[in-house]
Amino acid sequence: MTDTAAESSDRADRNARFIQRFMNGVPHLAALGITYAAHGEDWAELSLPYAPSLIVDDGVIASGAIFSLMDSAAGFAVLIRLGQMIPHATLDLRLDYLRGPVPGVTIVGRALCYRMTSSVAFVRGFAHQGDPARPIANMAGTFMHGGQP
Amino acid sequence: MSLEPLRDLLRSGPRGTALDLLPYPALLGLTFERDGDEVRLRLPFAPTLIGAPERLHGGAIAGLLEFAGMATLLLALPDDAPLPRFKPLTATVDYLRAGGMRDTFAVATVTRLGRRVANLNAIAWQYDHSRPIATAKLNIILASALPPSESAP
Repeated sequence: MTDTAAESSDRADRNARFIQRFMNGVPHLAALGITYAAHGEDWAELSLPYAPSLIVDDGVIASGAIFSLMDSAAGFAVLIRLGQMIPHATLDLRLDYLRGPVPGVTIVGRALCYRMTSSVAFVRGFAHQGDPARPIANMAGTFMHGGQP
Repeated sequence: MSLEPLRDLLRSGPRGTALDLLPYPALLGLTFERDGDEVRLRLPFAPTLIGAPERLHGGAIAGLLEFAGMATLLLALPDDAPLPRFKPLTATVDYLRAGGMRDTFAVATVTRLGRRVANLNAIAWQYDHSRPIATAKLNIILASALPPSESAP
């Protein structure tokens, strides 16, 4: 079955509003310069453009900024899979820093919500700088949520 | 940039000194105070730290915990050897309570200080140290200050 053009455009509008509500609702993302990149039914991708304000040492982006990127991408993936804007909270999140990020290059954070129970969402993901086959960080986490799976 | 100026600041800075030698802690607005050997970091509340409505972003809390670890590690390393470079290896954060719109504090302890790896635990709280809002386990690689060709693998 194919959608009519009107239905498809309607869904695109709803999607765009959902994303805008998510991004606008998180001031810390704006402070770090994190922007929306892409999403699917159970995954989300956010972008962290290089900025001098995020450096810790020798031009390298702070791991804390990458943590914020991945936490938000993960939370976004959970909301997308739930399909509604409901309260959710990170229970735990682990990052393995696989290699130092290259200065000057945007970092992309991708998260997949791969399992959902009545109260817990499981996520995994990674960060890269253009080549997903060469991730700079690996992420695993769990979230509590108040919605229906 | 070398970490020596940061270590000097942590050693000598008066209570409430801003950790603004590096851009990211300056963006967070981190300050610190010493209590004996312990260094306590403060993340003053700012609207830019908000994640979900009326709650601090988990990433800002993670940034505070990671920096509490770095500061504690800087003060734990011996004086008589060149400072290694810090490379974060893993960070695992447990979020225990929502972070409200007020100042947050963090301290860290070194569980083991090896030649190449340091293992730390960090804890963050708002009202009461015994009611933490988040804890972290941090593993940090101590990279040799020598050129790569001369350093151990």
